[in-house]
Amino acid sequence: MDLNPEKVRELKLIATRIREWVIRMTYNASSGHPGGSLSSAEILSVLYFHEMRIDPKNPEWPERDCFVLSKGHASPAFYAALAIRGFFPEDELLTFRKIKSRLQGHPSLGIPGVEISTGSLGQGLSVGVGMALAAKMDSKNYRVYVLLGDGEIEEGNVWEAAMCASTHKLDNLIAIVDRNRIQLDDYTNTMEILDPLPEKWRAFGWCPFVINGHNVEEIVNALQNAKKCDRPAVIIANTIKGKGVSYMENTAKYHGKPPENEEEFKIALKEIEEERRRI
Amino acid sequence: MNWKYESPRKAYGETLVELGNKYDNLVVLDADLSTSTKTAMFGKKYPERFINVGLQEQNMMGTAAGLARSGKIVFASSFAVFAAGRAYDQVRQSIAYPKSNVKIVATHGGVSVGEDGASHQMIEDIGLMSGLPNMRVIVPADSNEVRSVIKFVAKEYGPFYVRLTRPALPNITDGEFEFGKGKIMRDGGDVTIMAIGIEVQYALLAAEKLKKEGIDTEVINMSTVKPIDKDLIIKSARKTGRIVTAEDHNIYNGLGSRVAEILAENHPSWLLRVGMRDMFGMSGKWDELLHYYGLDDEGIIRAVKKIMEVSRR
Repeated sequence: MDLNPEKVRELKLIATRIREWVIRMTYNASSGHPGGSLSSAEILSVLYFHEMRIDPKNPEWPERDCFVLSKGHASPAFYAALAIRGFFPEDELLTFRKIKSRLQGHPSLGIPGVEISTGSLGQGLSVGVGMALAAKMDSKNYRVYVLLGDGEIEEGNVWEAAMCASTHKLDNLIAIVDRNRIQLDDYTNTMEILDPLPEKWRAFGWCPFVINGHNVEEIVNALQNAKKCDRPAVIIANTIKGKGVSYMENTAKYHGKPPENEEEFKIALKEIEEERRRI
Repeated sequence: MNWKYESPRKAYGETLVELGNKYDNLVVLDADLSTSTKTAMFGKKYPERFINVGLQEQNMMGTAAGLARSGKIVFASSFAVFAAGRAYDQVRQSIAYPKSNVKIVATHGGVSVGEDGASHQMIEDIGLMSGLPNMRVIVPADSNEVRSVIKFVAKEYGPFYVRLTRPALPNITDGEFEFGKGKIMRDGGDVTIMAIGIEVQYALLAAEKLKKEGIDTEVINMSTVKPIDKDLIIKSARKTGRIVTAEDHNIYNGLGSRVAEILAENHPSWLLRVGMRDMFGMSGKWDELLHYYGLDDEGIIRAVKKIMEVSRR
């Protein structure tokens, strides 16, 4: 698939639409995690509107590419991408985190397009390893994409999975790290220890790529290159926590907190709208 | 008694090999303990469907969930202390909550692990696993039952926790297994012993000896701990009015606790729990340990005599 200027524009516009939903959903629910959702908007836009082989009308299609949101708290962005892509009606997004809604605070099996329940961090890459292993066993050519948070990869389970994936040469597995450099308790020392990140993944037998995670062309290209690797590939996407809403950018304050009042809500929507007009 | 002894782990390994032929989508995972859990037997026959992930119990459970989501029937094995303890959160998040088609078969449950000592003697796993919604918990009493249970969980969709013991066990059942049903091994009218796993043989031995002392003992093999056979518990309590539970597990959160809940809510009766009394075990030969902690037939007999005495007052 060639990436013409029209497609680039479309992917950028979808990212802003995801951002708008992240703000509406979390504000409407008076809870949720906007910071790490806003940072992953372009990644999800590219995956769901360019990269993955999926059929929203047939979410259980056996040949589908699989996506695991290992950083489950980015559920607002994930649900928005699924709804915009047509897995379920966009109207439903405002039921996010409400009682009896399908759209649980963290992704839960039973939502069309959700492959596995996530939320307790560090497990999604293992699930991805299992799906990729199954593809190898069954000689199927679907791919598995796993989106991880950078705070999340402080969990030991992630590195167990990283070892396991390279042991089995899972060239059908692509991990993406949303490297926004801020976690719940702000900028922890462990965040520094994670550097140099590409070297760590390389040492574990992976093929690393480092990109600007808000640049759709770079994301598309990195995914193309990742697929050429003969081993699992990881895309370290440098991003900005809270991207697109000025007061949410580069702060831990909005990791797990929606706009505090109507004024903040309106500012956020206005800034996202302005960005949309610039595209 | 003239019993034939057999390793339940070996029975597990043999049954996996048999099932491997029946289900071509059956996959077995292990975490560097396959020669002990006996999943290596499957690995030898079906190397392409056997994955030894190395010392990664957490990754094993997540990987099991991913394989299951992609259409596999997955058996994941390790020692009980690692399968239920080390990987608890992975079991909760990736297996129990999404109802993944994963069968956790944990060997080396209880203090009967022996010489390895408290670090390896898992006495909390039944509580941990029973506390998980969607998880079903089975503790077979002998190798005959192991074979039936493994075949049952393979064909039944969704998550199971099956707990096996390390020592060889006497073949005391006919191997017929009905999920969710306890089985009366011996009828009696004075007192009921409800036991699981390695304890069922001691319950039978205790009943035989108690008979000579004029105590008519009912013995129930309660191999399905969750969902537990509520009707049978109430029925037997109505009959004898005295229940002794026996398990190689902490008295908290195991069989005894489940039986206590059923009795308290439905038919309050005398109850004594034989098990580890909220303490860690220690190294020793497995049979010495069971004797030391009062988990053998002598310990059960003491409990029965005590319940006969207190209930007479």
